Amino acid sequence: MERLRILAVGVGGQGILLFSRVLGEVALSSGTPIAMSEVHGMAQRGGVVETNIVLGGVRSPLISEGEVDILVGLEPAETLRALPRTRKDTVIVSSTDPVIPQIVKDGLATYPDLTEPLQKLQEAYPRVYLFPGEEIAREAGTARALNIVTLGALAGTGLLPFSKEDFLEAIKKIVKPKFLEANLKAFEAGFSVTAS
Amino acid sequence: MHPILSAKPQEKLLLLGNEAIVRGALEGGLRIGAAYPGTPSSEIGNLLFQLQRELPGLYFEFSTNEKVAMEVAAAAAASGLRSLTCMKHVGLNVAADALMTLAYIGVKGGMVVVTADDPSCHSSQNEQDNRYYARLSGLPMLEPANPQEAREMTAYAFELSERLELPVLLRTTTRVSHARAVVEMGELASYEEALKGKFEKDPKRWVPVPAIARVRHQVLLEKMREATVLADGSQWNRTYGKGSKGIIVSGVAVNYVLDAVEELGLEDEVAVLALGFTHPYPAGLLADFLREKEAVLVVEELEPYLEEAARVVAQERGLKVPIFGKATGHFSRALEFTPGLVKEAIARAFGLSYTSPEAPDLSWVPELPPRPPTLCPGCPHRETYRVVKEVLEELGELSRTIFPTDIGCYTLGLLPPIQMADYLICMGSSVGSAGGFSKATDQRIVSFIGDSTFFHAGLSPLASAVYNRHRFTLVIMDNETTAMTGHQPVPSQELRPPELEDRPRIDIEAVVKALGVPKVVTINPYKKEEAKAAIRPLLEADELSVIIAKAPCILYRARVAKK
Repeated sequence: MERLRILAVGVGGQGILLFSRVLGEVALSSGTPIAMSEVHGMAQRGGVVETNIVLGGVRSPLISEGEVDILVGLEPAETLRALPRTRKDTVIVSSTDPVIPQIVKDGLATYPDLTEPLQKLQEAYPRVYLFPGEEIAREAGTARALNIVTLGALAGTGLLPFSKEDFLEAIKKIVKPKFLEANLKAFEAGFSVTAS
Repeated sequence: MHPILSAKPQEKLLLLGNEAIVRGALEGGLRIGAAYPGTPSSEIGNLLFQLQRELPGLYFEFSTNEKVAMEVAAAAAASGLRSLTCMKHVGLNVAADALMTLAYIGVKGGMVVVTADDPSCHSSQNEQDNRYYARLSGLPMLEPANPQEAREMTAYAFELSERLELPVLLRTTTRVSHARAVVEMGELASYEEALKGKFEKDPKRWVPVPAIARVRHQVLLEKMREATVLADGSQWNRTYGKGSKGIIVSGVAVNYVLDAVEELGLEDEVAVLALGFTHPYPAGLLADFLREKEAVLVVEELEPYLEEAARVVAQERGLKVPIFGKATGHFSRALEFTPGLVKEAIARAFGLSYTSPEAPDLSWVPELPPRPPTLCPGCPHRETYRVVKEVLEELGELSRTIFPTDIGCYTLGLLPPIQMADYLICMGSSVGSAGGFSKATDQRIVSFIGDSTFFHAGLSPLASAVYNRHRFTLVIMDNETTAMTGHQPVPSQELRPPELEDRPRIDIEAVVKALGVPKVVTINPYKKEEAKAAIRPLLEADELSVIIAKAPCILYRARVAKK
């Protein structure tokens, strides 16, 4: 397969590790070479988190500026923050539901209105998929499934060399039975956002 | 059964570098493990701690600090059992006293010391390069580049250790420990039965009084000569590609270099010497590589360890080949590398034209709020800080108070709106530095330390403070767990998972009183007014006192409730 570099960004607590674990499982079971780099430790406490995912025989588990093929955002401000690592034809898949930082709640910074920047985003890149991930997750049964909604949206773009069934199988393997139904629904809902 | 145990040989799992180390250790017959947690090493200990419940032949403990852990592992290895200890880079500073002399007396059973370095300080207070510990101590060192190598090298490290009768350093970095990749399994050792070692007395070996230490140093130097031969022939030191130009590389940067050479189409122009057995450095191999090249670039994060080795080898052999690296400004000694940075340096060193992909115009992106890591909403540390701050404010003491702090979640008290962290060096420095400030200044001193850090490095400076009449208030923030690194146990915890119910409990208040601290109070930080009234006399006085703010970490409480 072609080499593919995916940068997933979000906020600590949004479940980016589960997102990448499921994607990793899909790659593993289909025999696709994969490597990832995860963020653990201090940054997980409400900070910016990212997972670098490389497919198709790339060895480096980190993605440099200008190398991102697909930018996946679990949070819109984090999607915007990661743009310096994209290039002009990077595909963007992002939730638009904001997570307000504690520092803003404490009145020490402001969270800008993103309506206009998100419009600009769609003009600046050839393929941009935006969706209210948390809202979709809530409708599927739990707002916590935002990560799986976003994974569904990534899968729905058809850019990955995996079938929808591959993803569903991996979710069944990894997600605890108690949360499985909501997560399967969340994946389907995310998938239909981007699948044409 | 845990998947890491049930996986058969040749089966492939998607493993974190740290998980791969655990699998490798269990393939290598590890019997006794001990560690104090620290990012990016923590998952190794967490997994071994969990797995021992399924493996009668494995013992693992969370020791109170890295030095204790190293001594536990050393004694196991002296008794003929294979042992392992793992720690973050700065943890090895704590254990260095043990390590340096352990190199003299050596081991019988294989012993692996994992040091997980943190270039770019993702979760650390410095980015020291622990490869220099291998040089300082004279111990062999292996550096995996990815999870697959992490598994294989860990298993091999036990053999190497037994062959040389020396502990072996396995050095990772954050991007190896926290990389996740496909790992092919080897054969697990058998853990059906607990295995006891036997310590054979031999004072001329195990008790390094000066006369013996002098002899053992010679033994160590002889072993280093033997290890150099092993490094020269090691399967972990490999050459890729061919050409008149060369790259010498180790660690995670091996991946960046191999990708770059491929993407720049240099497979027939640039040969890559990827080193995994890096101390002692393979002098013969380096000489052979340098001899054939017109120019060589050394690619390694942090210090110019291999670069200097290459220069020494070139000088010894009279080789004139130009060596590029940190000394020539191709790389920095600070921060971790990225694939792009390595690609650019390779192009520059070998005079190739390479332009990084064009960046899009981003002038329209608004200013975004920062997201510094913060204390969780509802975290008891927030309440403790608030209570102490309000009392100091009411006493008119806030502006003249120095707040030495320590290593843990509560270091985040640095940030607004709390801003009660003024001075920090390392684990336990809140207590020792407070004593120094009390002698050096007339300012008020209120220090903060966590329960786990208190047992790690807070006990002996507190004894010193009592004896030397230091004048400060130490706030022990007892959240009943080692929170930052993933909720490892603490000897004082009352709230504990079922599997730890039968452990003895060490009461912090009793310990502090037994040390002779004149004033000690325990508060519940959530009961604000009560707490304020209780601590006020301590914050007014000019003598040593201890406040124990006791309330469990909310994440830990939720986790234990689930069990």
